[in-house]
Amino acid sequence: MRWPANLRALRALIRDPMGLMGLLLVTLFILMAIAAPLLAPYDPLALDVRAKLQSPSLAHWLGTDQLGRDTLSRIIYGARTALTIALTAIGLAGCIGILLGLIAGYGPRWLDAALVLIFDALNSLPMMMFALALITVLGPGTGTLILVVVLVSIPGYARLIRAQTLSLRSADFIVAEQAIGASTPRILLHHLLPNVFGPLCIVLSMDIPVVIMLEAGLSYLNLGVKPPTPSWGNILYDGYTAIRTSSTLVIAAGAPLVLATLGFTFLGEGLRDALDPRLATARPR
Amino acid sequence: MLTYAIKRTALAALILFVVMLAMYGMVFLVPGDPASVALGPRATPALKAMLTERMGLDQPVAVQIWRFFANAAQGDLGIDVWSKRPVLDQILEAFPQTLLLGTVALSWALTLGITLGVLAVVYRGTMIDRALGLVSVSFISVPSFVVAIYLLLIFAVWLQWLPAIGAGKAGDIPSQIKALILPSIAVGIGWVGYLARMVRASMLEIMAANHIRTARAFGLPERKVVTRYALRLAIVPTISVIAVGLGSILSSAVFVETVFSRPGIGTLITGAVFKRNYPVVMGTVLVTTAFYLLVITCADLLIAKLDPRVRDALAR
Repeated sequence: MRWPANLRALRALIRDPMGLMGLLLVTLFILMAIAAPLLAPYDPLALDVRAKLQSPSLAHWLGTDQLGRDTLSRIIYGARTALTIALTAIGLAGCIGILLGLIAGYGPRWLDAALVLIFDALNSLPMMMFALALITVLGPGTGTLILVVVLVSIPGYARLIRAQTLSLRSADFIVAEQAIGASTPRILLHHLLPNVFGPLCIVLSMDIPVVIMLEAGLSYLNLGVKPPTPSWGNILYDGYTAIRTSSTLVIAAGAPLVLATLGFTFLGEGLRDALDPRLATARPR
Repeated sequence: MLTYAIKRTALAALILFVVMLAMYGMVFLVPGDPASVALGPRATPALKAMLTERMGLDQPVAVQIWRFFANAAQGDLGIDVWSKRPVLDQILEAFPQTLLLGTVALSWALTLGITLGVLAVVYRGTMIDRALGLVSVSFISVPSFVVAIYLLLIFAVWLQWLPAIGAGKAGDIPSQIKALILPSIAVGIGWVGYLARMVRASMLEIMAANHIRTARAFGLPERKVVTRYALRLAIVPTISVIAVGLGSILSSAVFVETVFSRPGIGTLITGAVFKRNYPVVMGTVLVTTAFYLLVITCADLLIAKLDPRVRDALAR
């Protein structure tokens, strides 16, 4: 039974004030994303040009944007956009990373060398430049955004899995499996995968805020999620263009981004400390 | 050392080659042909044919790839289809601006980051250490473009102390410095947190080492032990961190330059992406990648020179 160990980790997480704050913020954003239709006071796309750029009031808690849309409703739905893209992209990248990492770590040496060269080449592209190049070719949109995240994340995940696989491939229990004639897929999926999965999960969770930021950043540049779909980046851009007439919109749009990235980073750090203190710390992006 | 240097340089060259090939291959990913994409829906067949010929798209693929590499090796990154100016000229105009922004941002971030890291070690385990830890993580995780916009709102719109847009007037140094303050804070703030954490971690490791105990046993003042004996060693790993982090500086420069409408690589490439101006995008990506590879290779060599343990481990 794994439960007691997991419960201990959860207790360690809650006792750490930063971890607890992260957990609360992340829970809040997940609830916001799931219950968006129930929580949002207005339709996030409903226009009301007569009520444009209003200050906060009882009717519109966070005011309205240039087209009179309710900012609070748009931010609540923005959580949905941000989390959907982050979870889809990270999930996809994680799956492909596991597969390539296992192949590189367990397969023939020439394949390992070729894959590592590709990972290094992808890694040595400044991420933002690569993202912009792909967007030029494929055109902006949610699909391109997810593809960008998947492509830039795979090398890191695959390298992690590869290193773990390399250190395990000559372990006694793997050699024993080979001796009794177990097939390669069986060894990879039944014996190596469960052992390399844990560390990857922590890294995946720490990358969620990075993806949320990238989505918002590119949407801010009008190169990510297409308007009118509410995205924190789009709302921030609307606020930026109106910054001299109304500061409510820009302050309101920046806040969830700051809180979400802080929340996910605190939670990731707390989880790492509670589960595996050896993994690397967060990096600036 | 020489073998290692040659190996490292060859690897960097190989990676650059793969990147160039991939960048070039991306042109063929475009749905439809690149000429009609660049021209948009209003393109006439004659115009399309002209652009196809000018971009060399009527040649066989092998010839195109060969031409692209031969030209790039001579510093010719093609002609911008919109402004009809050489791509390299535009990049060389923009690059120093971004380099200046990055250097200023990194300089103040290094000064403050290392100071905070040392402070955390001196006061380790106290409230100051915990508070600095919280500040560091917060600085690391807050997106640079949100910081940029908030700074713009507070200091340029509300207080009107500093300019909101541009890089200052040409030849007017004080106005250029003023225009650099807010952008460099936005680019550097994440680095303050990151460097503080790094320096703290590596200092703590070194403070437990034998030579520090010996220094203390000799009765040297704690201040001297920290600055002379611990900090000097703790700085070495930051070299590689800074080099690798150059990519993230470029990323934040793209956003921050756009927010403050500063000329630079970021505004150049985002403008080109909007117009689907592929030669400029490809040229900018190639130049920044080459520069990035150059910096990490130099940093690796420098570290190998400074630390014989790294050199021996890598030469094998």
